[in-house]
Amino acid sequence: MALLELKGLNKHFGGLHVTNAVDLALEEGEIHCLIGPNGAGKSTLFRLILGEHRPGSGDIYFAGENITALKSFARIHRGLSVKFQVPGVFKGLSVRQNLEIALQSRHRGGALAREIDRLVTFTGLEAEQAQQAGNLSHGQKQWLEIGMAISLKPRLLLLDEPTAGMSPEETHLTGEMVQRLNADGMTVLAIEHDMAFVRQVARRVTVLHLGQVFAQGSMEQIIADERVAAIYLGQAHA
Amino acid sequence: MNGLLVFLRRLEGPQTVGHGRAFWIVFAIVLAGACAYPLVADGYTVGNTAYFFVWVFIALSLCLIWGYGGSLSFGQTAFFGIAGYGYGVLTINFGSAYGFTLIALLLAIAIAALFALLLGYFMFFGRIAGVFLGIVTLAVTLMFERFMAQTAGPEWHIGAARLNGFNGMSAMPPITIPWFGEDIVLFADIGLYYFVLGLLVVVYLSLRILMNSAFGNVIVAIRENPERAEMLGYDIRKYQLITFVIGAALAGLSGVLYTAWGQYITPSSMGMTAAALPLIWVAVGGRSDLTSTVIGTLVVLSAFQALTIYGSQYALVFMGVLLVLTVLIAPNGLVLAVMNLLSRLATRGKEGKR
Repeated sequence: MALLELKGLNKHFGGLHVTNAVDLALEEGEIHCLIGPNGAGKSTLFRLILGEHRPGSGDIYFAGENITALKSFARIHRGLSVKFQVPGVFKGLSVRQNLEIALQSRHRGGALAREIDRLVTFTGLEAEQAQQAGNLSHGQKQWLEIGMAISLKPRLLLLDEPTAGMSPEETHLTGEMVQRLNADGMTVLAIEHDMAFVRQVARRVTVLHLGQVFAQGSMEQIIADERVAAIYLGQAHA
Repeated sequence: MNGLLVFLRRLEGPQTVGHGRAFWIVFAIVLAGACAYPLVADGYTVGNTAYFFVWVFIALSLCLIWGYGGSLSFGQTAFFGIAGYGYGVLTINFGSAYGFTLIALLLAIAIAALFALLLGYFMFFGRIAGVFLGIVTLAVTLMFERFMAQTAGPEWHIGAARLNGFNGMSAMPPITIPWFGEDIVLFADIGLYYFVLGLLVVVYLSLRILMNSAFGNVIVAIRENPERAEMLGYDIRKYQLITFVIGAALAGLSGVLYTAWGQYITPSSMGMTAAALPLIWVAVGGRSDLTSTVIGTLVVLSAFQALTIYGSQYALVFMGVLLVLTVLIAPNGLVLAVMNLLSRLATRGKEGKR
């Protein structure tokens, strides 16, 4: 059974058809990348999955349950979690406090402190743990937010451009981070522009174009597809 | 026992400035000074100080909703008025025997809180936020003022209590504590002073515990980034609503104490000026910290009163200038800036010794 299934999803913003009859099925345990040129409707699709936008028509199934009408926080309780495109950390609070807020509904007391320590190590922010999150570099904010997102132990992790603004080394580290999470059983759906990252982690790739699913397959198939090159890779290499 | 210890440890935490032995020693000295104060001052001055204390609760309510929660509310003044009038109506009708004034105090606060629950439900579950929250709450406050101002006629009464339009309601009994033999009537001097001081200490310490708890964490998280807070699985509307209701209850407490202090309340206590002044106290002190709010409110209030005595026409202008200066020099509050400086100096001193 698919973990996440989108069926005939439609969303209009005024006259703009941003999500056009999108069907997508995500198998449990896969790393799936969503690519496509700017304005393809990738982030909107995330917002639909998370319940920040309501679809005009269509349904969203998570682990067999229709979650189309659920509020965002209720979807999080079902096992969804997200890292936003613009890092959504609590800027005025310390790194540890950020993690504490993410963890406190699952752990208390000494267990909470240990779990915070574990995530501080996982995200590589040991030296910065007492700092205000707003003072972190862009890449560090990305990692902190990934740390917060995975602290919920989600079944499905949504990553919206997890490597934006990162150096090639940082991008590679992030890829390893995602692979480690996946090895522990987490399903990942990532929007990404960085092809090196997509090559590193993706088992399947879906190309969105003008709100529609344009192509789908392994990275090799997508690269071999001339139509995709025309709309996306072609532009990127030009 | 262990649970109590965990509970008390929350008196300190990242959400409140001031920690460690030095802070609590200063706290104890200030508290002892406040307790001894009536021994050295005359009844009138003590009563006047109690009047300052009365306003601290509404300031704390704003600190909670605005400073910690990030929602600017002009509605505190409305809850202040509702509870004040509520106390008046209840005590004028039912008197002060058998400790009823204390029940009236609680009932009046409950009425304000209930109203906040209703208003807050529509605002937060309707996802009204930011500047629109300010506009809606200001409109509600001014609407109450206008409404109460036109209740001059004899047809406007609740039981024996005449609302009296712009002249306001008066002659309600002061807070009266039932006691063996003779009731203790808390007139606006030493008696009320200790009553309000006791409440102030309890509320201040309780809020410190609340803000350093898991609940406080979520409130601050909503201020910093509501979308992220919701995407960690928190139903932020509920947290915002609860905070709003607690804030309304605190503002209501101010309203009741104010009414009991002067034995009168008027619609202008819900007017534009009345709604703006608490914002200035809290902003000047440091809205995101409880201690800074208390100190800032007391300092600004005393300065304001001194000014109204020596040059009343300039007092409000001065308040405006003070707000502008605060925003320009120390946007997080003057008292908070000083306190942060002190704690930095203290840590540096410690490191120097090592």
